[in-house]
Amino acid sequence: MAKTSARDRMSNEINAGSMADIAFLLLIFFLVTTTIVEDKGITVKLPPWSEEEPDITRLKERNVFSVLVNAQDQLLVRGEIMAVDRLREQAKIFIANPYNRPDMAERPTKAIISLKNDRGTSYNAYLEVYNELKAAYNELWDEMSQRQYGIPYSEDMPFAYRKAIRDEIPFVLSEAEPTAFGEE
Amino acid sequence: MSKFSKKRGKASPAISTASLPDIIFMLLFFFMVVTVLRDAELKVKVTTPYATELTKLEEKSLVNYLYIGRPLQKFQALYGTKPRLQLGDKFATIADIPLFLEKHKIKVPESRHGQITSSLRVDGEVTMGIVQDVKTQLRKSGQLKVNYSAKKRPTKGRR
Repeated sequence: MAKTSARDRMSNEINAGSMADIAFLLLIFFLVTTTIVEDKGITVKLPPWSEEEPDITRLKERNVFSVLVNAQDQLLVRGEIMAVDRLREQAKIFIANPYNRPDMAERPTKAIISLKNDRGTSYNAYLEVYNELKAAYNELWDEMSQRQYGIPYSEDMPFAYRKAIRDEIPFVLSEAEPTAFGEE
Repeated sequence: MSKFSKKRGKASPAISTASLPDIIFMLLFFFMVVTVLRDAELKVKVTTPYATELTKLEEKSLVNYLYIGRPLQKFQALYGTKPRLQLGDKFATIADIPLFLEKHKIKVPESRHGQITSSLRVDGEVTMGIVQDVKTQLRKSGQLKVNYSAKKRPTKGRR
């Protein structure tokens, strides 16, 4: 009789109260060490290094969209001073050339954007310009995708669609060796 | 009527806390998953610029970080105020980049070497000179996939 009553008492559930404390400790540790890092950025593919001098191929002037950024972060686009917020729109017009103007790219596949900066250009300005040029292409891709497939251009659309668009409007941005007028 | 009053008298006030650990564990796992343990202490000031055309870096193990910025106040006596490169947790020069890349490479399976991305975390105020030198060195080392780290611009931009 006494034995059974003792066993009854033993079979009570284990006190799980301290489990919460342990979990709390771990939780607080991770809370403190966490930095939810925003690991985002503009991905670029650099051209491979070669010791040889690049062979000079004459490009037709109409196919080149030259962007120069000087040490004062000012912009010279095709020989004209331009504000950075007009760059995207101008680049789009140049690449797509909707009115078949004789001074703009023959075809999007032939368009070349040439970016040149100075060693004294601030990184802020450089990245903003790069961002605008990339945005111009992104918007063109998006417009084409909407027109042809009725869906927005994104990384997870079918690969064949993406390739078709990228073949039609390839991203060509060539960066020249920077000048060194304004090195600090 | 009497039924209700009786019940109130009997009800035990203790709430079971047995499920509390489960809730805490759920929170714990959430934080464990999103946590990235800071591997390097920043010795240079890095405030990345804003941009709109961002791509996300997916796998952390395939990314190496290069920091460029002015040394923090406490290091300025020793390292000056000119923008410097930081690799891992110490100041470095351009010439240290190839070794740094190799050290990261051996931790990555060989089949995935082509997917390694270099994340350039560059302060917005820095001039392009040092960035250009780093880029040139990366090209010479065959590390062509580069990500210019930037923050999402809150308002401007349609996309």
